[in-house]
Amino acid sequence: MLNIIWPIFIAISFIYALITGNVEKVSNGIFESASSAVELTLTFFGTICLWNGVIKIAKETTLMSKLTKMLQPAIKFLFPELKHNEKAKEEISMNVVANLLGLGNAATPLGLKAMETMQKENPKKDTLTNSMAMFIVLNTASLQLIPTNVIAIRSSLGAVAPSGIILQVWGATIIAATVGIIATKLFMKKF
Amino acid sequence: MKVVNYLSAAAIPIIILIILFYGIKEKKKVFDCFLEGATEGVKIVVGLFPTLIGIFLAVGALRTSGILDFIIGIISPVTDLFKIPSQILPLAMLRPISGSASMGVAVDIMKQHGVDTTLGMITSVIMGSTETTFYTIAIYTACVKVKKIRFVLAAALLADLAGMISSVIICQIMS
Repeated sequence: MLNIIWPIFIAISFIYALITGNVEKVSNGIFESASSAVELTLTFFGTICLWNGVIKIAKETTLMSKLTKMLQPAIKFLFPELKHNEKAKEEISMNVVANLLGLGNAATPLGLKAMETMQKENPKKDTLTNSMAMFIVLNTASLQLIPTNVIAIRSSLGAVAPSGIILQVWGATIIAATVGIIATKLFMKKF
Repeated sequence: MKVVNYLSAAAIPIIILIILFYGIKEKKKVFDCFLEGATEGVKIVVGLFPTLIGIFLAVGALRTSGILDFIIGIISPVTDLFKIPSQILPLAMLRPISGSASMGVAVDIMKQHGVDTTLGMITSVIMGSTETTFYTIAIYTACVKVKKIRFVLAAALLADLAGMISSVIICQIMS
């Protein structure tokens, strides 16, 4: 995707600048952008490494499996068709827990595994089942307890309270996820 | 507002506390685990750096050339109607497509308009509450070689839209 968007963005900007006589600003901006990338990465470095370290501890404990158990009622409600597919349900819960903890790198492989498990019982191999559709929508909803990246950016930009957005993020995420779940439940009956 | 700030600030210490508690209770080598995880973090950040430079170049060009303001000027009558700040439009459009590109746009908005302004808060909340929808759908369907994705894109984009609108409303109420 970026292979198309990236050159287009740059090209239209440069052409527009050449026409409107804004070239000097654009020329200066090119090198500014390189140094702001360095700045951002430096502040990012601390927060991301720190959080990765903390989460690694959580991964080593039984916290993951405890959270997975707590999710069971929700999983039952969201995936009624997986009643007898214990393996799929377990992989789905683990993916959700990894997402909640902000373990993006761990969540994706777990999620792909869950997709494969569900695919085994899929009668139409080229079409998503209802459960698979629900699972993907859930994964696009960014269920994350701590939005680490945003907090890192905010602290790098000198926010008064970098983490002061957590509750707002939870609110917006819950609304988005609810809309996604309701839409999926409604659409699956018709399409 | 004070309660919200307190809870937001308390969330991270509480979560770290719970994690440490479990780590000690189960007799794990807590600090060694931490170091291992932090080392992995280095790889993530280093991997992110080249992408960021590329994105910053493109986003910076869009802004300094004046074309971004030009496009925003065209769309803003519509967004003003819904009291949506038109500056977040590029972010809203890029967010489902590319994680790093939208991150670049978000940083740019917050640099230009301030992190602690309502606009800065909206930008942060949108970034924290939405995902790279297209990418997620692509890898999850490609891994099982499914071609017919039925209504998934529509449902996911609807959820994104709801997330973005509620980000704007929540932040405007709280500011």
